[in-house]
Amino acid sequence: MQTATSPHIHKPVSITRVMAQVCLALLPGIAVYTWLIGPALLIQLGIASLAALAAEALLLQLRGKPVAPFLMDGSALVTAWLIALTFPPLSPWWLTATGVCLAIVVAKQLYGGLGQNPFNPAMVAFAACIVAFPALMSQWPAQGLTLSFSAQLDVVLGLAPRVDALTAATPLDAMKTALKLEGEHASVQALLANQTLYGTFAGRGWEWVATAYLLGGLFLLARGVITWHVPAAFLAGLATVAGLCWGIDPARFADPVFHLFSGGAMLGAFFIATDPVSGCTTPRGKLVFGFGAGALAYLIRVFGAFPDGIAFAVLIMNLAAPVIDLLCQPPIFGHKREAP
Amino acid sequence: MLQQLFRFQGGIEPAYHKQESVREPIAQAPLPPRLIIPLHQSIGGTPRPVVAVGDKVLKGQLIGAADGWISAAVHASTSGTVVEIGPRRIPHPSGLTTDCVVIEPDGEARWIERAPLDYRAMAPEEVRAYLQNAGIVGLGGAAFPSHAKLTTAKGVPMQELVINGAECEPWITCDDMLMRERAAEIVAGIGLFRDLLQPQRVLIGIEDNKPEAIAAMTAAVRAAGESFEVIAVPTRYPAGGAKQLIRVLTGKEIPAAKRSTDLGVQCFNVATAYSAWRAVAHGEPLISRIVTLTGNADRPRNWEVPIGMPIDALLPLAAPRPDTDGVIMGGPMMGFLIPALDVPVIKATNCLIAHSPSLFPPQPPEMPCIRCGECARACPHELQPMDMYWWSRAKNFGKAQEAHLFDCIECGCCAYVCPAHIPLVQYFRFAKSEIWAREKERKLAEGAKERFEFKQFREEREKAEKAEKLAKAAAAQAAKKAAEAAAASAAGSTAPPTDAAEAAKKAAIAAALERARAQRAAVQARNTEDLPPEKAREIAAIDARRQQAGLEPAAATPLGKEDA
Repeated sequence: MQTATSPHIHKPVSITRVMAQVCLALLPGIAVYTWLIGPALLIQLGIASLAALAAEALLLQLRGKPVAPFLMDGSALVTAWLIALTFPPLSPWWLTATGVCLAIVVAKQLYGGLGQNPFNPAMVAFAACIVAFPALMSQWPAQGLTLSFSAQLDVVLGLAPRVDALTAATPLDAMKTALKLEGEHASVQALLANQTLYGTFAGRGWEWVATAYLLGGLFLLARGVITWHVPAAFLAGLATVAGLCWGIDPARFADPVFHLFSGGAMLGAFFIATDPVSGCTTPRGKLVFGFGAGALAYLIRVFGAFPDGIAFAVLIMNLAAPVIDLLCQPPIFGHKREAP
Repeated sequence: MLQQLFRFQGGIEPAYHKQESVREPIAQAPLPPRLIIPLHQSIGGTPRPVVAVGDKVLKGQLIGAADGWISAAVHASTSGTVVEIGPRRIPHPSGLTTDCVVIEPDGEARWIERAPLDYRAMAPEEVRAYLQNAGIVGLGGAAFPSHAKLTTAKGVPMQELVINGAECEPWITCDDMLMRERAAEIVAGIGLFRDLLQPQRVLIGIEDNKPEAIAAMTAAVRAAGESFEVIAVPTRYPAGGAKQLIRVLTGKEIPAAKRSTDLGVQCFNVATAYSAWRAVAHGEPLISRIVTLTGNADRPRNWEVPIGMPIDALLPLAAPRPDTDGVIMGGPMMGFLIPALDVPVIKATNCLIAHSPSLFPPQPPEMPCIRCGECARACPHELQPMDMYWWSRAKNFGKAQEAHLFDCIECGCCAYVCPAHIPLVQYFRFAKSEIWAREKERKLAEGAKERFEFKQFREEREKAEKAEKLAKAAAAQAAKKAAEAAAASAAGSTAPPTDAAEAAKKAAIAAALERARAQRAAVQARNTEDLPPEKAREIAAIDARRQQAGLEPAAATPLGKEDA
C-alpha cells in the first residue's frame, strides 16, 4: 500500500524549472550585450559556469550532500551568469573564477547551501572583488572597441597584453568622474552631447542592454517567477532619489531615466534584488526591500567611491531583510481590521 | 439576480477530473455479505452500543446511542443479525481500530417503523434531539453532528445560512449528482434548517463548473416557492471550504478562534440538508450516503452506499484497473490513502479514488526551501507557510504557533505549488500534533504535581495540627492545673477563645496554599509563553472549544475543510 500523504496531486514545478526560466530571461540581455559591447561576455559566461559547477560539486561532495540533484537545481548557474554579467567582460579569467568560487563556496555553501545564504552570492563576489581588485574591476571595454573574438579571448586568458587603450570606465562612471573634475562648471547636458559615449537616453550601447534586461524581467513577471513588488519598488526607489537630485540641480545630476538605464539598475531590479533566498518574502517587506535597495544604489553610485552601487545596496538590504519581514507580516484571514 | 461576490486570497486551479464520474446517474450499491459499522463516525463522543451479539436488527434500528451533546447516533444500515461487536480497522490514515458493530444482512431489508415528523409543531430543541437520534452529521467530510450547529450564538442575529454545494476538490462529484437528481429534497432540507435558524437570507453556493446542478437547484427552489438564492461561485480550490465559501458569499472572514455563528453565519453541506429531510419527512435515519467511485477505474460512477459497506466489496463496482495500488478516501487534496481495503464506508466517506502511480505520480525528492513565496500566494488563509515550515522543522513550536499554525486548514494548496516539493502539510500536522501532545503531557504533569504538593501540604498540616493539639493539651493541662490552683484560692476565669485561634489557622493555611500556587504558576514553562495576550486568549479559546467538542489530538476525521 502507498503511504504518501495529502495532497496527492502537485503542480508540475521545480526549482530547476524556476532557475531555467531565470536563465532564459537573461538571454535577450546576453544577446544585446554580446552584439553591442563585445563577445568576450560569452567567454566569461563559459568560465563562470564551469567554475560554478566545479565549486558546487566539490563543496557538495565535501559536505556529504547528494551532488547530482543539487547540481541539477540550476541555482549555481544563475549565480555564475550574474557574475559574468556584472564583472567587466575583459576581466582576466582568474578574476571571474575567483569571484564565482567566493560566491559558491563562501557565500552559499559555507552558509548551508541552497536556500540558506543570507546574502546574494553574486553580489558578495562582486563586492569582494571590487574591494580586492579595484583597478581590474573598473576596466570596461572602451567605446567603439573592435576586437575579434579570438583577440578578446587572448586578453581574457592573459595571452595578449592588457593595453590601456582597450579599456575605459563605464558611461555611468565616466559621467561621475567628469562631473567631479569639472566642479562648478559641470553640465550634464554638455557631457551627454558626447555621442561616442552616450546614446539616446543613457550609455551608448548599454542603454539597449538595459532595455533587454527589462524585457527579460517582464517575461519573469509574466511567468510568475517573480512578483512586481521588488522590481517596481527598486526602480521607484532609484528614480525617486534620482528625480529629487535632478530636480534640485539638473546641471550636476543626470535625469532619472539615465540612471534607470545605466549600470546594473535593470539587472539589479529584475534579477538580483529579486533573489528570494536573501530578500524579503512578505509583500510589504518586498516593497521596503526594493525601495531601499534602489535608493541606496543611487546614493552609492552618485556619491560613493564605486562605479555602481547595486551590489552594496543589495547586500545592505539583505542584512535588513529579516527585520523588515518581521515588521511587515501581513494580516491573515479573519484577523484583519473590520472593513469599513 | 444581482449578487456581489467576494474573493478569497490564494487558492489553486488543479485539473478537476469531474467529468469521468458524472456520465451515469447515481446507482444503488448491492448489499455486501457483512456490514462493519463503526460506532465512532462523527466528531465528538463515541456512541454507546445498544445491541448485543446475536441480536436481530431492523433496517434503521438504533445500534449506538449518542453519548453527550456533541455526538450523533448510529443505526443499522439494513436488517440482519449482529455477529460481532469489537475493535476493527476504520478508514483513518493511521490504521486506527475502534469498536464496530458487524451485521450480517438477512437480505430482506425490513425497515423499522417509519413516520414523518411534523417538525413545525415541535419545539426546536425537540427537532434537534430528533436529528441527533437520526444520526445526522455533516456529510461534506468533517462529520460534525448537525444538530449542534442548528443553534444561534447568544445575542447575534442569524444573518446568512450558507449551503455548501461548491464541491471544490478534484474528482469528487457526489454532491453534484445529488443536486442534479434530488434537488427538491435538498431544498426541503434547507427549509428545515431555515426554520430552525431563522436567518435573514439563505445562500446556496455552487461552483460554476456544475451548470446542471445550478439549474436543478434553481428550478427546485422556484418550484418550492422559496426565496433561497442559488449562486454560482468561481471554480477555484478551496472554494468549498466552509470559511472560503462564507467569505465568497457574504464577505465575512471567520477567524480560527471563532464560530461562524458568532458572526451570524452558519454553513451546511447540501447532502446534510438532504439527509436531514429524509429523516424528518420519511423517518429514515442516516444509513446510506452517496459515494463517488473514480480514479484509476474503468467505470467511475456515483453510488448510494449503505454505511458500513467494506471498501473491498464496493470498489469492484468501478472496475479498478490492474495497476491500482491504493485507494484515496476523500479528494486528492485533503484525502488520505486508506490503510487497508477491508475498512468500511463511513458517514464521512464522500469519495474513493483508485490510486495508481501513473495517475498520482510520487513527488520528486524534497529540496531545501528557497523562500520563493509561492506557498504564501496560494494560501487561502493568507498565512506564510514558509515561516510555519521553518519553525515546525526546527521544532520551535511556540514560534510556529505565533506564525498562526492553528489557522491552517490543511487544504494542501501550499504543498501543491511548492517548487521544492516540500510536504508542507505534513510538517504542519506534525507540529500541531506535537503541540497537542505536549499540552496533554503538561496538563497531566500539572495534575500530578498538584496532587503531590497537596499531599505534602496535608502531611505538614497534620503534623502541625498534631503538635498544636499536643501543645494545646499541655496548655490545657497547665491551665487546668492553674485553674485548679486558682479555684483553690478564688473564683476561676473562662476558657481561652478557641474559635478565633481556629479561624486564624485556617487563614494561614489558605494563604500558604495561595502562595504555593502563585509560585508554581510563575515557574511554569510553556511553549507559548512569549505570545502576546491577544494570541494567548485566542489559543485558550481554541483549546476550550476543542475540549468542548471532545476533539482528541488526532481526530478520526480530517480537519476543517468542507465543514458541513
